[in-house]
Amino acid sequence: MPADSTQIHNIGYRHYDGQRLGRAYATRSLFSQSLRGAYGLGRSAKSKVLPMILFGVMCAPALIMVAVAVATKANDLPVDYTRYAIVLQAVISLYLAAQAPQTVSRDLRFKTVPLYFSRPIERVDYVRAKFAALSSALFILTAAPLIVLYVGALLAKLDFADQTKGFAQGLVSVALLSVLFSGIALLISAVTPRRGLGIAAVIAVLTITFGAVSTVQAIAHEQGSDSAISWLGLFSPITLIDGVQTAFLGATSAFPGQEGPSAGTGVVYVLVVLALIAGSYAGLMRRYRKAGL
Amino acid sequence: MTVIATESLSKRFPRVTALDRLSMDIGPGVTGLVGANGAGKSTLIKILLGLSPATEGHAAVLGLDVATSGGQIRERVGYMPEHDCLPPDVSATEFVVHMARMSGLPPAAARERTADTLRHVGLYEERYRPIGGYSTGMKQRVKLAQALVHDPQLVFLDEPTNGLDPAGRDEMLGLIRRVHTDFGISVLVTSHLLGELERTCDHVVVIDGGKLLRSSSTTDFTQSTTTVAVEVTDNDTHPDGTTALREALAARGVATHDDGGGLPGAGHTVLLEAESEETYDLLRDVVAELGLGLVRMEQRRHHIAEVFRAHDEQAAQGEPEAAPGAAPEPAARNATAATAAAPATAAAAEQTGGGRDAR
Repeated sequence: MPADSTQIHNIGYRHYDGQRLGRAYATRSLFSQSLRGAYGLGRSAKSKVLPMILFGVMCAPALIMVAVAVATKANDLPVDYTRYAIVLQAVISLYLAAQAPQTVSRDLRFKTVPLYFSRPIERVDYVRAKFAALSSALFILTAAPLIVLYVGALLAKLDFADQTKGFAQGLVSVALLSVLFSGIALLISAVTPRRGLGIAAVIAVLTITFGAVSTVQAIAHEQGSDSAISWLGLFSPITLIDGVQTAFLGATSAFPGQEGPSAGTGVVYVLVVLALIAGSYAGLMRRYRKAGL
Repeated sequence: MTVIATESLSKRFPRVTALDRLSMDIGPGVTGLVGANGAGKSTLIKILLGLSPATEGHAAVLGLDVATSGGQIRERVGYMPEHDCLPPDVSATEFVVHMARMSGLPPAAARERTADTLRHVGLYEERYRPIGGYSTGMKQRVKLAQALVHDPQLVFLDEPTNGLDPAGRDEMLGLIRRVHTDFGISVLVTSHLLGELERTCDHVVVIDGGKLLRSSSTTDFTQSTTTVAVEVTDNDTHPDGTTALREALAARGVATHDDGGGLPGAGHTVLLEAESEETYDLLRDVVAELGLGLVRMEQRRHHIAEVFRAHDEQAAQGEPEAAPGAAPEPAARNATAATAAAPATAAAAEQTGGGRDAR
């Protein structure tokens, strides 16, 4: 072998003169990295465990229902599309409590945020990318079982028009739920950089409000003041979604006595939901104003 | 060509003035930005990155106005923060690839540049392991790599030697030097230790209390003098080589004096005035005659610390010291008076550094 072919070449420093794709591309990169991160992809094996288990838990009841419906040749699915997320809200809360702090508090705790802001993206791009990523992750979690139900329903030869309508309404409902819940959970996690605290705070806000609201609703139902029930639903995220879909998406309410809001009250529900989403976005923007460098 | 230009740049917060009408021009090369804690170094970097608006005045980086072209500046500039900024649960490769994409590099280019950059900063097999297990020196290298991965034209390095041991410090300083000489990237490096910048920088800017104290090239700071410093070993016939050399030189009519700098090994350094080339020959012959080993023979340079002597003398004469880092030692400062001002400053600077590292 000639001597010169065995040399180790030090190629030295090479300059980069390829493309620089700028701010929009960087924002998309942050979005996809955060979305993957919400399922533990691109991270350690340990961080994949919880989101994947929760994803499985979320889909398992749908599979069982479909199996039962196909085997018994039922005329209808045991649970409405719109009702599914309400029934499994505990899983959703757990998922958010685990992944919302992962999405935002990590960057704050390890002070990675200044590295982002010393690059082309601006504060608004960072907040949007994170918000969109967690909303999408939650939408995947809540929409996947609906797809299972829908496919199963078609296999069981249930009425096509009925099922498609229910499925579409379910998708709109979980999309709204994903954005609302993500906003609330992100804001809570962003103000509590300590991860344990963030997890506890998210669970507390999502479940305690629901517990309180449904208790008071039950008391109101017992005492016969049914009109109060629908107004009380405004005070917890999950009952808000329930109210909106009862009023506009053909769902039957999970409120005591099925006393869901009427279309008139439903408008208030929609406004409150939109105000909460806008509020959590504004809160996040405010939070990152000081987190620059 | 000017890399950074500021014109009466001021930044006032409700209770403090961080920068006070700072005007300077910085050219390509390695520039050191020296100042005590709170002198305004970090505030200046924030303004130069276009992240914090100046209260008044103008600044331009690579010819772009910081007030209007922040995004374009940040695309061409790298930034290495002073504090920890690395997530422990990902590997250096994954992290730097992500940061490259955040700077706008397409996925394939991001991976290629990451591999190159990590190799250049001296991270090899360990780059696939989670960052949490790295030593401080390795973490500093990852921080440097993420600032260089998008091949910027200029990097801001904020206290890059913080928390490193002496060997790590030297390696980091060598690396910084290479960023300019080998990679062709201009560097603005901050430090509160003058001694470090003396070896690394082409140009040093000293700020204090948000004001420009001095800006000049390192060679101006450390011009060669005619003093020659000699260090020799001992041997069996001359158990104290230094004294033997001193006596032998005195016998030939050459006056020597001690190194009064108080630096390590000062007692073993012989200083003498080099009148001409012949002095060097004489020295060589004398050392050879005595059979001693010659450890070092060099033209002595001024240390940057000595530049502060003049400023410090003013301070010692009752003018209150503005820099907060120097505030705890006013008594020591006044007691040392003018003659010993330079070493005292050096010591004070080291103490400030130590305090900061320990924090």
